[in-house]
Amino acid sequence: MQYTDYYEVLGVDRTATQDEIKKAYRALARKYHPDVSTEPDATEKFKQAGEAFAVLKDPEKRAAYDQLGADWQAGQDFRPPPDWDQGWEFRGGFDSAGFGGVGGGSGGAESVDPSQFSDFFETLFGGGVRGGFGGPQGGFGGAERAYRARGEDAHAKIVIDLEDAYQGATRAITLRSAEYGNDGHVQTRERTLNVRIPKGVRQGQQIRLAGQGGPGIGGSSAGDLYLEVEFNPHHHYRVEGADVYLDLPVAPWEAALGAKITVPTPSGKVGLKIPAGSAQGRKLRLKGKGIPAKKPGDLYVVLQIALPPADGERAKRAYEAMKSELDFNPRAGLGV
Amino acid sequence: MRRDIVAVVTGTVVDDEQGIRLAQLCRACGLSVETVRDMVGHGILVPTGGRPGRWRFPADSIRRARLVSRLRRDLEINLAGAALALDLLDRIEALQARVARVEQPTRQKNLFPHRNDHH
Repeated sequence: MQYTDYYEVLGVDRTATQDEIKKAYRALARKYHPDVSTEPDATEKFKQAGEAFAVLKDPEKRAAYDQLGADWQAGQDFRPPPDWDQGWEFRGGFDSAGFGGVGGGSGGAESVDPSQFSDFFETLFGGGVRGGFGGPQGGFGGAERAYRARGEDAHAKIVIDLEDAYQGATRAITLRSAEYGNDGHVQTRERTLNVRIPKGVRQGQQIRLAGQGGPGIGGSSAGDLYLEVEFNPHHHYRVEGADVYLDLPVAPWEAALGAKITVPTPSGKVGLKIPAGSAQGRKLRLKGKGIPAKKPGDLYVVLQIALPPADGERAKRAYEAMKSELDFNPRAGLGV
Repeated sequence: MRRDIVAVVTGTVVDDEQGIRLAQLCRACGLSVETVRDMVGHGILVPTGGRPGRWRFPADSIRRARLVSRLRRDLEINLAGAALALDLLDRIEALQARVARVEQPTRQKNLFPHRNDHH
């Protein structure tokens, strides 16, 4: 196990006041919040800051942590000295007090979830569950056991391809959850679900899996699992709601004279008639060829005129012919 | 670590047309009725159907309510602040989609797409 320098994580001195620690944490939380941040490793950084703050904001945890000494280096192999925590009482090692009690709904890996803290944290402060879970004082959880309660609903994201939304698909999704083992310690549980993706789902929609959420308490029914649908970016298509956009290269004569061409769609090739006199960027609608929901979306083909290269004698002659035959000034609108 | 594999589960898409009832939304997001009411009051959630007993929320409401809850909890901001952040995030997303739309054709608009083939 590696030593974690919580002061370094928050970027404060070991002598920092509680106010300075709070300030440093707030700045990091804003910067790395997974819902807001565009930093590549935001989720990890946010988790680390949350863990560091959970220790340093609590006078007892901080004092116990400080007692380990200042000589440790981050990343150094660490084993806690025996009985290092003697005489300390960490109330509710797993509460996230101080984050404002909006309550509930903390499933999934996002945000500050104490069960996602590092082994280092777990080794030092994980014993705090003693007091809480089923302990003599009851604490959180201890009392809950007495009555029946439906399991908590859980949330996760599922990333699929656009084609999956057209055809439907079965995708495996692996969920990690933390639960309390018989010895009162947190255990990771990995669960792989094979989820049938219904045809016609759209970005941002929620798929509800009944009974796949948190286990019920006292023999009550399990909660539900909600999967938020997200699409992998596609090479050719852009998706907006149920509508799909395709940039389609066409030759200048196809746009000018009209043509019948073949167009790829996520559900197979279709024929498309390009009207004569089409301009660059013209949008052609293929009705109902978008995502096939109850109200199917449309597929929009956006024409992109591609110029043939003038790199051979014949091609050059063709361009010369256009130059002499056509009275065309592309800059007429600029007055030159 | 314990590993379980569940064969195949079939989900239902939370319906856009019928909408989500207040009780289902509260349960799905782990929120109290009061908190959801507050979110409606701040325009974070926009249900149809006049009074709370008849409220039906659009499917997107689960994502919005949970996002706002996380922002409140993690950044210690109030509902008005979280509502503003949500609006701004929506705007950024719309702008990014527009930027992608504008940039994609220009990237493809290599004026002589076949030139390199002749080397």
